[in-house]
Amino acid sequence: MNVGDQVPELKVTPDKYLPHRYAGASGDFNPIHIDADFAKAVGLPSNILHGLYSMGLVARASAALADGDPRALRRLSVQFRGMGLPEQEIVVSGTVKSADGDRVVVDTVATQGENQIIRNAEAELEL
Amino acid sequence: MAIETDAIGKEWPGSTYQVGREKIKEYATALGIENPVHFDVEAARAAGFRDVVAPPMFCVVYALPAMAPAILDPEVGINLATMVHGGQLFEWGEVACAGDEITTTPKCLEIYEKDGKGFYVFESVSVNQHGEQVLRAVWTNIVRGV
Repeated sequence: MNVGDQVPELKVTPDKYLPHRYAGASGDFNPIHIDADFAKAVGLPSNILHGLYSMGLVARASAALADGDPRALRRLSVQFRGMGLPEQEIVVSGTVKSADGDRVVVDTVATQGENQIIRNAEAELEL
Repeated sequence: MAIETDAIGKEWPGSTYQVGREKIKEYATALGIENPVHFDVEAARAAGFRDVVAPPMFCVVYALPAMAPAILDPEVGINLATMVHGGQLFEWGEVACAGDEITTTPKCLEIYEKDGKGFYVFESVSVNQHGEQVLRAVWTNIVRGV
């Protein structure tokens, strides 16, 4: 890996019921993620994706550099910003920021259209 | 209104999660992860793991429940209705495999106010049944309108 190399782009469109499946898988049943009426009542456009689901996609995109080896990802930090919504395509893209021997640091963003849902994501991998 | 910061430095008792094969499959499926080491014990062993291995972000499954006592503690004083998840750091150590028992212990690192928002920063450390660290996490929650 060299500085400036691109991480293979990951494109995922979470279906309407993905937040429910992710809630079950993760144990996070906050109603803002699974109940559109509740979400609207607290001022959100609709039920929103779990931030940690979107972070999971960033982790998945990063791990692709190591053919999905679960040992490769050593550190991941993100900031959650704009809200992610179901039924809209998420694009995760990343660029190698530094490469020192087998240690690679990748800068990543996750977007839905113009909306950055994860920014300043920094993944450190041991390849 | 000044934000209450007495809980800075407070620690909560650890809670233990037992990692199971089916839970790893369920999590990997929700994330669209297809590597057989997360689904099939033979594939996992062939790749050098002692059992079905968790994807890194499975840490949410074992660590998040342990955070509840900290986030819900009245001494911390978070207004859940206006709380959003602002940022997250995970640092992984040993991998987590089915059969592991992982104990996660939370601590309040920082509470501060900025631009009318309250920032509540927690750290958690997770260790397995052999005392090996599997995760260090920093959770940043932001509360609007403090």
